[in-house]
Amino acid sequence: MSGHSTYEPKYAAEKWIDKRLPIIRMGVDFMHFPSPRNLNYWYAFGGILALCLMSQILTGIILAMHYTPTAEEAFNSVQRIRRDVPFGWLLQSMHAVGASMFFLAVYIHMFRGLFYGSYKAPRELLWIIGCAIYLAMMATGFLGYTLPWGQMSFWGATVITGFFGAIPFVGESLQQWLLGGYSVGDPTLQRFFSLHYLLPFVIAALVGLHVWAVHHVGQNNPIGIDVKNKEDTLSFHPFYTMKDGFAIGVFLMIFALFVFYLPDALGHADNYQRANPMVTPPHIVPEWYFLPYYAILRAVPDKLMGIMLMFGAIVVLFVLPWLDTSKVRSMRFRPTTRRFFYIFLFMCFVLGWCGANSPDDIAIPMGEGGMTFKWLSRIGTLYYFAFFLFLLPVLGWVEKTKPLPDSITKAINDGEA
Amino acid sequence: MSIKLMKSLCVGALLAVSGLGVASVASASEDGGHKMEHQKWGFNGMFGTYDADAMARGYQVYREVCASCHALEHLSFRHLGDKGGPFYNPEFPNPSDNPDVKAFAQDWSVPDIDQDNGDPIDRPGIPADKFPAIFPNAIAAAASNGGAVPPDLSLITKARTGGADYVYALLTGYHEAPHDVDMAEGTHYNTMFPGNQIKMAPPLFDGLVEYAARTVPGEHGGEAHTIAAPEATAEQMARDVVEFLTWAGDPKMEVRKKLGFATFLYLFIFSLLLFATYKQVWKGVKH
Amino acid sequence: MSDTHTIDGDHEEPSRRDFIYIATGVTAAIGAGALAWPMVMQMTAASDTLAAGSIEIDVSKLEEGQQIKVLWRGKPIFVRYRTPKEIAEADSVDIATLRDPQTDNERLVPDFAGALNPKILVMIGVCTHFGCIPIGEAGDFDGWYCPCHGSHYDTSGRIRKGPAPKNLVIPEYAYISDTVIKVG
Repeated sequence: MSGHSTYEPKYAAEKWIDKRLPIIRMGVDFMHFPSPRNLNYWYAFGGILALCLMSQILTGIILAMHYTPTAEEAFNSVQRIRRDVPFGWLLQSMHAVGASMFFLAVYIHMFRGLFYGSYKAPRELLWIIGCAIYLAMMATGFLGYTLPWGQMSFWGATVITGFFGAIPFVGESLQQWLLGGYSVGDPTLQRFFSLHYLLPFVIAALVGLHVWAVHHVGQNNPIGIDVKNKEDTLSFHPFYTMKDGFAIGVFLMIFALFVFYLPDALGHADNYQRANPMVTPPHIVPEWYFLPYYAILRAVPDKLMGIMLMFGAIVVLFVLPWLDTSKVRSMRFRPTTRRFFYIFLFMCFVLGWCGANSPDDIAIPMGEGGMTFKWLSRIGTLYYFAFFLFLLPVLGWVEKTKPLPDSITKAINDGEA
Repeated sequence: MSIKLMKSLCVGALLAVSGLGVASVASASEDGGHKMEHQKWGFNGMFGTYDADAMARGYQVYREVCASCHALEHLSFRHLGDKGGPFYNPEFPNPSDNPDVKAFAQDWSVPDIDQDNGDPIDRPGIPADKFPAIFPNAIAAAASNGGAVPPDLSLITKARTGGADYVYALLTGYHEAPHDVDMAEGTHYNTMFPGNQIKMAPPLFDGLVEYAARTVPGEHGGEAHTIAAPEATAEQMARDVVEFLTWAGDPKMEVRKKLGFATFLYLFIFSLLLFATYKQVWKGVKH
Repeated sequence: MSDTHTIDGDHEEPSRRDFIYIATGVTAAIGAGALAWPMVMQMTAASDTLAAGSIEIDVSKLEEGQQIKVLWRGKPIFVRYRTPKEIAEADSVDIATLRDPQTDNERLVPDFAGALNPKILVMIGVCTHFGCIPIGEAGDFDGWYCPCHGSHYDTSGRIRKGPAPKNLVIPEYAYISDTVIKVG
């Protein structure tokens, strides 16, 4: 998509096609895209994510052939898929577990970008498109979780759509517009199904832009310095197709472990009970990939404030390229920032832990009482925002970074990459 | 390079496990009761399978005891004769032809419409029928059971944290209420049930069900032989019905685990080959 | 693979290298095939659909010259109590002239006593041309007539004129008592 093409059509037919629609050229250039030669396994998650998206779309289209999006029949139709449709149990499990795997991979991909400074110039748009993909994924995941119409589906949808009710003045009418009624019900389920089918294709389009952007500016790399010459790069195929291929093989084993041996480990027992508007489950918990946000939401006593903080936690990702003031991309050369990054990573897990527990339970026992999850999540939330809004801007100015290598090839030869 | 690879893999695995660990904390932290013990079940573990005899006895317990209040809405009679089910018979690969299954279906009456005049009628079941509802609706169910709706049992071991262990502990968890506990009207003391006060009366007593010895057709044309039934103690009945209900909730478990093993074998070989290819391609490239 | 050659140099023993590449490629292809299998097979009829496949029809209430339609596997079943005239017409045809040669008796099943009962004709009421439902007591041969593309069937449901290639299909059925037939 950028740089000069290496493709030379050999046969007459190839030449004929190339003059009219250079689609073979596009494919060949894509496969031979010059990639920095020092990419490590963390860079395999882009490929893994593409695979996750394809798998989800494929299994999703199949499930839609058998699923019935009505409040009356949704729960039954999922059971029918798992019991009577040939291989339905496998495809349903692949789709449900696949959502978790997708988020697992996207989080690793994002933390990788954060660590190596992949959001900095000239990759700001690349990062922002990525954030948009993440946002669309969250919407898709939430909508999809409603479809089996279990207790957690129903009450999760009730809680999340309740966020919109907190908006001043228009909240209530907005919520009713969203639900198509006074509460989560048949109209809600049907529109959620429609949108859940639509959004993955929006994601696919955004992924197209994301890949276009990365091919335009080139991949970042673990030492975060620009590619200087041809020596610094390797052709994407076969070097990275094979390296990513191996990583995908390992990733698929984790995937298969859950699909075949722990299909319910990532879900919640309450979702095997049909949605019941008369009974709320004792603890409403979102899927694991939303837990940190759920903790931020509950960290403050005010409803609107909590919702704003939660959305702020995502918005801050979009403006990250302008929050980090450092000229050095990779945290390998930013020893202080690196330490704060590890704390940030740890805090994300802490927030996830808080999201999974009741706010008033004791998280860390101390003497008679101890610190509750509410207070722990407050610390986590504070650090989350401080990291982006205070630490990254300030550290960029004050931190003394390590000297950068002259080139990727030199770094490799010196054993630094 | 290989050290770096190992490091990356370790960190990756650690991240994966800890990320997903948070999720299991989410589901593990709320059983409410306090007497759940892990039982040894044949269906646990990587190669776990169901015990057909236990499931068959469990079906008897369900039919004679549980079915007076609890439905099994997601199952059809034919499922009983499916491969891996309690009454599978290799002579009848189509479960609808299985005489056991036909007999069980006949034993239930299912609602239907009279084809001549359109009146609602009850007729004996056929294998293709679903297990009928016990109560016409939730309100009727609550009204006949002191306000508590008896939950459907087709997913009960999946719909409760703790699964089979929970259901077994609940069925065997009835005790005399301690003196300092004030029992609400119409409730029974149960150590497993959240809050300890359950509307369901103790359902199982020693000898409540009469287990018959089971005649099993010999495999590969061998002699038919009988299997003596265990004594129908309350614990034994609880174990059997839990075995049956676990199958009812997860009838594809055996095939799932078998296919899983094959998949792992494949992925292992495939990953090794990919690794070899990767090493081959990168040979001589410093990175 | 041209890049491999230029960067690797060609000092590698080719057979070993090729073996790894081919083995990996073949394994990947096997995996893709194995994955495609469940994705294709899920579209075959589910076991609940297959199980709900038989109905019982009481023919005792039919009167001579009367026909009933019953839905079976999503298709109409015609059950006709034929008149002596219709039976005679069906029997008198020279089957050598037929497009899909079949005697009337071949289109009947033994009743509960074991004898053929020519009075009751049971067929799947779907035109063998493009699947429309033929109209009874119509057409040039007093049998059935399909309005979609003009196929004429006789009183035994055999194709006599028009585009349809085959006779109306006889479903699998049997008498389970003197008056009740079970289809499927």
